[in-house]
Amino acid sequence: MDHKNIARLITLLENTPEKAKEILTSLPRRTAPVIGFTGSPGVGKSTLIDQVIAKLRSSGKTVAVVAVDPSSPFSQGAFLGDRVRMKKHFLDDGVFIRSMASRGALGGLNESIYDVVELLESVGFDYVLVETVGVGQAEVEVRYVADVVVLVLSPGFGDEMQLLKAGIMEIADIYVVNKADLVGSDSLYDQLVSFLTFAGRDVSSVVKTSALNAHGIEELVNKITALWEKLVETGKLRELRRQRMKHHAENLARRTLQKYLSLADLEDPYEGVEAALRSMCERLKDGQGGGT
Amino acid sequence: MKKYRILIAKPGLDGHDRGAKVVAHALRDAGFEVIYTGLRQTPEQIVKTAIQEDVDLIGLSILSGAHLQLSKKVIDLMKKEGIGHVPVFVGGIIPPDDVPKLLEIGVCRVFGPGTPLSKIVQEVKEVLEGVTSANGS
Repeated sequence: MDHKNIARLITLLENTPEKAKEILTSLPRRTAPVIGFTGSPGVGKSTLIDQVIAKLRSSGKTVAVVAVDPSSPFSQGAFLGDRVRMKKHFLDDGVFIRSMASRGALGGLNESIYDVVELLESVGFDYVLVETVGVGQAEVEVRYVADVVVLVLSPGFGDEMQLLKAGIMEIADIYVVNKADLVGSDSLYDQLVSFLTFAGRDVSSVVKTSALNAHGIEELVNKITALWEKLVETGKLRELRRQRMKHHAENLARRTLQKYLSLADLEDPYEGVEAALRSMCERLKDGQGGGT
Repeated sequence: MKKYRILIAKPGLDGHDRGAKVVAHALRDAGFEVIYTGLRQTPEQIVKTAIQEDVDLIGLSILSGAHLQLSKKVIDLMKKEGIGHVPVFVGGIIPPDDVPKLLEIGVCRVFGPGTPLSKIVQEVKEVLEGVTSANGS
């Protein structure tokens, strides 16, 4: 499928989620590695992805990127600036980059991310990379969307206390100490290794990179592909995908219910939900389908 | 309401993007989703980005004096790639004599220095709503 059609389908998935089922079932089901990149604002996620794309392209793989940036809670507008870091791939037909606004979603992604990722897998990309908004501590939805999660950290992240906190630190498969050319990266690396050691986890999941001069990128990409292959071999991938489907369904249910609630004239929260559920059921009985 | 996506692009070699950023920011605050390409883009890069991002409008910021050549190249390429229906506006240092020439090339609006942001936002809305109603969607 050419880029123009893919782009238009993504817009449809974003703006008219009720069409998602029809769009996605019309395409052959296909599975590609979905790699999530998350981390605080400014740690270098987009620049790192730029380097990862280059590495994957050098071995002939095609790559799709979805990069999410936040929407304004006030104007609902957004400034989407991730692709500025990926300029060198703009003319490469093997690379498709799409910026998305979070549109009020709280998990660091966008409500239609599950549909969009499935689309990008189906149309044949060898890799799908998902970049979250710059996250704080608790935006962990990428864990459910991606097969392999890369947490990007950089010096100045905070002290060891930050590593001990629940949430974002727990969901990563690979920890990247980016900006390894800067002072402080060695001590962050050491803290991470000691944290992972006493958490009983594999310290080989830590990689030092400098996205600026492409240091460590090959090691990172090798770790990502090795992890993916292991997921396939052990059958863990099937389980991950089942989980993803469940979260996709939850997400659909939430959006559908929200839509009914936003239309209703609420007098009481409990009765409002009951009434919304009832009208959803009636609509389904009438054969008008679910969706949102 | 439909969520409009706008590409703000800097074609050519000039290295000043304060104006592009100020306009992008104002459009963001008016509720649009604004994609920024960064500096020194070729027309080919801009058109590819517009395709992948499926934008509803493109704004070109040009301060180099090459606005006639660059705008024409972008618009020709857009037609060739099948996105000629997407409106293009131009902002920057544009001599008044060149405004009609730009409009003839197919640019929908030209915003010179000193244009109030509220005017840009207002006209962008008019252009987008005009396109939407023309397409009947």
